[in-house]
Amino acid sequence: MDAKIVIKDFNLYYGKKQAIEGFNLSIPRNEIFSLFGPAGSGITSLLRAMNRLSDLTPDLRVEGDILLDGKSIFAPDLSMTALRRRVGMVFDVPTPLPLSIFENIAYGPRLQSKKSKAALQDIAEQALRAAALWEDVKDRLQAPAMSLSGGQQQRLCIARVLALQPEVILLDRPCSGLDPISTAKIEESLIELKKNLTVVIAPHSTQQAGRIADRVAFMLLGKLIEDGTSEDVFMQPKDQRTNDYITGRFG
Amino acid sequence: MRRNFDEQLNHLNESLIEMGGMVERAIADANRALVEQNVALAKEVIRTDDEVDHKEKEIESMCLKIILQQQPVAGDLRQISSVLKMTTDLERIGDHATDISEITLLLANRQYRKHLEHIPQMAEITAQMVAKSIDAFVKKDLDLANEVIAMDDIVDAIFMETRQELIRHIKEHAESSDQAIDLMMAAKYFERIGDHATNVAEWVVFSLTGMHKDSRIM
Repeated sequence: MDAKIVIKDFNLYYGKKQAIEGFNLSIPRNEIFSLFGPAGSGITSLLRAMNRLSDLTPDLRVEGDILLDGKSIFAPDLSMTALRRRVGMVFDVPTPLPLSIFENIAYGPRLQSKKSKAALQDIAEQALRAAALWEDVKDRLQAPAMSLSGGQQQRLCIARVLALQPEVILLDRPCSGLDPISTAKIEESLIELKKNLTVVIAPHSTQQAGRIADRVAFMLLGKLIEDGTSEDVFMQPKDQRTNDYITGRFG
Repeated sequence: MRRNFDEQLNHLNESLIEMGGMVERAIADANRALVEQNVALAKEVIRTDDEVDHKEKEIESMCLKIILQQQPVAGDLRQISSVLKMTTDLERIGDHATDISEITLLLANRQYRKHLEHIPQMAEITAQMVAKSIDAFVKKDLDLANEVIAMDDIVDAIFMETRQELIRHIKEHAESSDQAIDLMMAAKYFERIGDHATNVAEWVVFSLTGMHKDSRIM
């Protein structure tokens, strides 16, 4: 397997409470990888650790390693800005900036380096097309981002990450609260995006994982229970706990 | 948790048991009507085939409803997809019982020139195969399903023996060769019933293990 991300003997603690325990996992390049499990399994913690957003949480401590293209993301000489540009994140609630649609996209690339208006327009169009939002907003790029629907706002957030040309995109339940059409648009753009980048998603439902993920991992109480291709895990899970969870027999 | 889903699955199993029972009875009745030259019973087998067809549609509809409502995965998905495949084979068995009964009607007016010894054996074994495969499905009994698959070799052997005997009969009694050919067809239908019962058992194995005829479907 050509791994983009390798998680090795990873532990994560909030103070004294351990949220992730002895975690080992390889995430292949150019695939959609889905981490799923019940609430409190440590999925969000793991996603936030993958681009070190977790550093912002006081009292949080990690052990072990996460490798991106074979290099530790915890290396002291690694620039946090560069890491978060390479590994972008989309959250469950859309978080557009209180700016225009265009400015939401242009904000990151402009911080990155000085760019001409034409170059920024080009970046915005590409990112919005990749996030399947271009047709909806091409005639009103100067309108406030807040005027978009929930589904459109979420696609804008995806476009904002894509504008920085990341190698990995982490999505934490990006479709929770979205209607089926918005969900389908996001899922289709993710399937398209994996040609150029690696997608790691915490789905809002196991059905979403089944629909779009190439590989999946089931997490429970901070531990990896099993991982494999979606077909294997959803057709014939190896672990009884996975079976009980996906068939709704849990608890 | 998932009480409604489990109730739906139980109801599906009950319907499959019912369909299995109908088909098992059709095999036994088709055999008895043929052996005893019982026209009324043969007509009854033909009539009840509509009920088997209706049952198949009812089970298909239940499966689709469960897929739609529950979006099943893992063992649930294998169970429901197996039921969909099994009912197709059960329905075909019902058709063959009808085919046999139509031969019975054809042969009703003339006494048999040959004692029917092997056909009842085939009927008994194939009816058992149907009953056991449904039982294996409901009880999740892999050994029993494999036993059914092995039983098909016995049916095939009896069929080959029947075939040899009928060939001999035709050679020796050319005047009743038309009757022998009709009986040969009836024997072939019983042999096909064995094949369909084997298919049912193979879907039971898939439902339990995810393997179908020793290979993975996905």
